Amino acid sequence: MNDTVSGLLMLGLLVALLAAVYAPVGDYMARVFTTSSHWRIEKRLYRLIGVNPDSEQTARSYTLSVLGFSLVSIIALYLILVGQSLLPFDRGLPGMPWEMGLNTSISFVTNTNWQSYGGESTLGFAAQAGGLAVQNFLSAAVGIAVAVALIRGFVRSRSGELGNFWVDLVRGTLRILLPVAFVGAILLISQGAIQNFGDHTVHAISGGTQVIPGGPAASQESIKELGTNGGGFFNANSAHPFENPTPFSNLLEMFFILVIPISLTRTLGTMVGSRKQGLSILGAMTFLIGAAVALTTWAEVGAHSQAARLAGGAMEGKETQFGTWLSSMFAVFTTGTSTGAVNASHDSFTPVGGGTVLVNMMLGEVSPGGVGAGIYGILVMAILTVFIAGLMVGRTPELLGKKIGRKEMTYVALYTLSVPAIVLVGIGAAIARSSTTDVMGNPGGHGFSEVVYAFTSAANNNGSAFGGITVTSDFFQLSLAAAMLLGRFIPIIFVLALAGSLAKQGKVPVTAGTLPTHTPLFAGLLVGVILLITGLTFFPALALGPLAEALS
Amino acid sequence: MNKDFIRQTFVGLKILLVMTVVLGIAYPAAVWGVGQVAFHDKANGQIVSQDGKDVGSAIIGQNFKVKDPEWFHGRPSAAEYDGLASAPSNLGPSNPDLLKAIKERQQEIARTEGVDVSEIPADAVTASASGLDPYISPEYAALQVDRVARERNLSASAVRALVRDNTSGRQLGFLGEPKVNVLRLNLTLERL
Repeated sequence: MNDTVSGLLMLGLLVALLAAVYAPVGDYMARVFTTSSHWRIEKRLYRLIGVNPDSEQTARSYTLSVLGFSLVSIIALYLILVGQSLLPFDRGLPGMPWEMGLNTSISFVTNTNWQSYGGESTLGFAAQAGGLAVQNFLSAAVGIAVAVALIRGFVRSRSGELGNFWVDLVRGTLRILLPVAFVGAILLISQGAIQNFGDHTVHAISGGTQVIPGGPAASQESIKELGTNGGGFFNANSAHPFENPTPFSNLLEMFFILVIPISLTRTLGTMVGSRKQGLSILGAMTFLIGAAVALTTWAEVGAHSQAARLAGGAMEGKETQFGTWLSSMFAVFTTGTSTGAVNASHDSFTPVGGGTVLVNMMLGEVSPGGVGAGIYGILVMAILTVFIAGLMVGRTPELLGKKIGRKEMTYVALYTLSVPAIVLVGIGAAIARSSTTDVMGNPGGHGFSEVVYAFTSAANNNGSAFGGITVTSDFFQLSLAAAMLLGRFIPIIFVLALAGSLAKQGKVPVTAGTLPTHTPLFAGLLVGVILLITGLTFFPALALGPLAEALS
Repeated sequence: MNKDFIRQTFVGLKILLVMTVVLGIAYPAAVWGVGQVAFHDKANGQIVSQDGKDVGSAIIGQNFKVKDPEWFHGRPSAAEYDGLASAPSNLGPSNPDLLKAIKERQQEIARTEGVDVSEIPADAVTASASGLDPYISPEYAALQVDRVARERNLSASAVRALVRDNTSGRQLGFLGEPKVNVLRLNLTLERL
């Protein structure tokens, strides 16, 4: 069997697996967030924390809950990271310095998982499992909760309430993430991912010793992919043989990355009572991610770079067993979902391959985006699309029976502008500093791309990197932390305000003047709007970085 | 300060504490328990022993240096196969340093193996993503057979048979790339 046949079969198997679980997983998630019955253990938990699970919250209260919970999460994780030497299983390592601790705690609470440290050389097992992995679950559950609140905004009519954040958080964690992560972790161990509590020194037959690192890696690895978090237990992330031991585990990890973001379109369709609506959104996402897979694979497999031509293949920064096919697929899925786990060095990708994964993030993480964040991101873009379409034909824009008025459009515009603004201001500030050229890992346009990639990744809460850049200076630790924080919570505030305003409206009946939004035509329009917005915003930055490199 | 915010934040603190116990302690412990029972060797990193000594992990690469001709060599590593410093080179696709490194590696391999540069596969001259890649391509292994056989006074066909024993095809017939496990191969050589 040759590489092309093997590559296409792997892609086909992945698509088949996702298609098989799409309806059951999507409908299960819809039930999780609509049923009125609580598990017994959940009831006990609600009593313990003093929450009435049958009460509901206004948009304002829901937002305050998200922000308050995230605030205590950041503080608690910060304390764990800087004080890890006081915890068990610390491997004799000191606490993180405060800038790194702050950057890392914000990074994991915002579902970004940007890493300015190497896991095996910096962190003990208590900080990894009891600190970082906990936020891998909870930050993912927060994203799903916000998405569900927005969907409720469309579903409800003349209601001031969006549901109960604490109930959504608990159900997302206990009913969706935890059981799947557990099964996933065991499957990963069956392939060779490790789950132990001790490093092991061995004596190499060629002389010298080697430390074989230990740790609870499998339990963290499965939720890292499922929650689209991406922070590696080890520095090399999913390229490390103990995180991603075989091609099968690699396929499994890609499945986990995609399964919730993809299936949430079904959840949307089921909850709003139009499964075709879910499919048209999925269609737009699939078109974007499919184009990215095609482009990246073409560039990597075809060895379209100077180094790759010289070496006879684009294998710099790739693992032997994954080759160019699995490395390309993983790179596109991890950047299209705001996961940021990597099984290869994106910095060493060909100009077109690396540029494509960069653009993938610039699309705003909607193809299919992070857990929850992808679906609320693309719904905002869908509103923008009906608005633009409405302008063209001179009608009041509507989406799913809700009028899109001045207030809704204000929130949508602010949402759409905020993340690109953070990215571009961050890049500008970094480039204005003369010291920035010293921290770039590569000369010329590629060094500039590293800076563009860093702020794009941080503000879009992806977390992957063109890793050659050194980001441990105070400036980068703090500016990227700010980008992650603002890039996560400003959009969430606007999304929940939008949800509240939609929920208050009554439903408008479908008329001959309503633009149908469940059709392939609409999906095409949506793709066009996303590409247009991204192109207008980021073309200058792309022209100086990857485009210049690809053409030189 | 907003009263509702303070109340919600306090609820958040309580739920975080409970979730830390469930997700941060019980969950990894449960995975550990099942892993240790069902896949004991794998959960512990597939440590390989020879003559009663632990000599490595079956899936973590080791540094068999190019200047030691009696071994099969692994790929170049940006981490020098340090088990606590996994990393790629992160050199960009047109970085002059990378181009220079690839050329030097090609020349060195061409010299030590006595082959033409055009016969050298890409994995032999490029650093892996983890810096701990335990595998090389079957093509790179084949290139090294004659030299290893000569150094160890073995027949080339005997060495070629050992390479075959330590080669795995695509997983399940179609997943990933064919590969040769370098540490396992060198261990079988050492046992002869």
